[in-house]
Amino acid sequence: MAYEMTLITTMAISVLFALSLNFISGFCGQISLGHAAFLGTGAYTSAMMTKASIPFLLTLPAAAITAAILGFIIGLTSLRVRHDFLAITTMGTGFLFVGLIRQQEFFGGEIGIAGIPSTGLGREGFMALCIGLAALFAIFSIRVRRSWMGFVYDSIADNEDITRILGINASTYKLIAFVIGTATAGVAGALYAHHFRFIGPDSFGFVESMSVLAMVIVGGIGSTAGVIVSAAVMSVMPLLFQFIDDYKLLLYSALLFFMMRFSPDGLAGLCSRTYDKIRRRRA
Amino acid sequence: MLYVELTIQGIVQGSIYALIALGLTLVYGLLRILHVAHAALFTLGGYIGVIVTNQTGSLTLAIVAAAIIVGLVGMAVYKLAYEPLLSQPPYIALIASIALFIASEELYRIIFGPYGLSYTVQPMSGHIELFDGFRLKYVEILVISMSVVILSVLGYLSLHSRMGIAWRATVTDPSMAQAFGVNIQNVRYLNFFIGSALAAIAGVLVALLNNFVEPTMGSVASYKALAIIVLGGLGSIRGTLLAAMLLGVIESFGTIYLGHLIDRDALAFAFLILVLMVRPQGLLGAK
Repeated sequence: MAYEMTLITTMAISVLFALSLNFISGFCGQISLGHAAFLGTGAYTSAMMTKASIPFLLTLPAAAITAAILGFIIGLTSLRVRHDFLAITTMGTGFLFVGLIRQQEFFGGEIGIAGIPSTGLGREGFMALCIGLAALFAIFSIRVRRSWMGFVYDSIADNEDITRILGINASTYKLIAFVIGTATAGVAGALYAHHFRFIGPDSFGFVESMSVLAMVIVGGIGSTAGVIVSAAVMSVMPLLFQFIDDYKLLLYSALLFFMMRFSPDGLAGLCSRTYDKIRRRRA
Repeated sequence: MLYVELTIQGIVQGSIYALIALGLTLVYGLLRILHVAHAALFTLGGYIGVIVTNQTGSLTLAIVAAAIIVGLVGMAVYKLAYEPLLSQPPYIALIASIALFIASEELYRIIFGPYGLSYTVQPMSGHIELFDGFRLKYVEILVISMSVVILSVLGYLSLHSRMGIAWRATVTDPSMAQAFGVNIQNVRYLNFFIGSALAAIAGVLVALLNNFVEPTMGSVASYKALAIIVLGGLGSIRGTLLAAMLLGVIESFGTIYLGHLIDRDALAFAFLILVLMVRPQGLLGAK
């Protein structure tokens, strides 16, 4: 049972992390190539705090706040640069984060932080917390999608200039998306740190940013259900198929490439198109 | 004295960056695609350079072979990967490109082995003494002179040859160029051929500088080259060259003076973000 619980906890954390990126990239249309930096910010904040024997649950809001502050700053840059420029700027943030952490003795430098204390919730309790938080954010995402704010995000993603012409303050809404998305990533980071009990600069590098983006895009960018499925499956795939370990990255990247090449709207798009086809054949 | 040495190191590194980033700018200018997989072609160039040199003993042949083979592979990448995605939003092509890049790194690891290759006899390994103990390696002279020659020839051709004029017309306005009888498809193929060949040459030169090629030698180059073309103002050739040289020099000084604070590869992005905050369109980009 212990192994299954570890798998489910990993899944829940990945789902929460992927949904947080989906909020920024899927809803608001701001592609981020450095999202792991926020996971890392949350993870380091929380780990440093529990190591100073502050109770784990108190570190969750702290992790959310530090990640959100960083997210707010990156959000400000998104008001300045757009599209491809923004994609590269966010990518730069990721490299900057790893580059800074790596040189600071305070954060354990190259070696990272080991021996992060247990949460005191027990294995079951921690799993329940992770699932609960992921479910909560999923429900929140779906609610936002259907709200007035969701429509604003749709229109920003579609055409920001027209949104502005309609008299909507697109900048404020973009900042809100960045703050919510990055704060959630920070919480996911806190969970991540206490799940694996070890973090290092390489845990939050470009590969991690890319794989979370892959989860969002394979699931279908903007589709909450699609992202949940793909994040859950893609996060445990490498654990379930240990035997393909050597070819794991090749398989992932090939999957991602063919997804982009043949179904750019992801699993969600694939499903809805297949569904339409079947219905048309019946009619 | 230290300053002169650091500046020369920076210029050598900057020349390599310029060769790599120029291909990226060419692709971006024409297709608006951020071509991350470009760095995979750079690595392939390095491998072909080392293998051909070890087999035949001729560095010239190796450079020519790498440029031609990789140029053709670049055309295939355009045909198979990018052409079908041109009608999609730009991030789709970007993600496809990143996926292609990671897949190629893995393929190199599986085909050529994880430990990398070296020259059996390293060509041009000597150096000259300029003044009181100041050395300049032959390889470094080769790197600087080759990029100067290649870039000036390309610059001349783009201004004065028929194909160059057709290319510039297509970049400015594809549909207008087509109306004037330019075959856009050919321009794109040529674009990918030249850009990829330049990356391959850069790969051979880097392999010479380090006497080593490995599957991941492109990773840092790929992201840094992106930073360079964004810094230069996407699609601006002059901006790219300026940014490449600047970054080369800044890095070689930065590693000495800021190395304890931030690592070398993050420095490029710190500089990038700083510049973008002041000039969102890049150093020489049009508004």
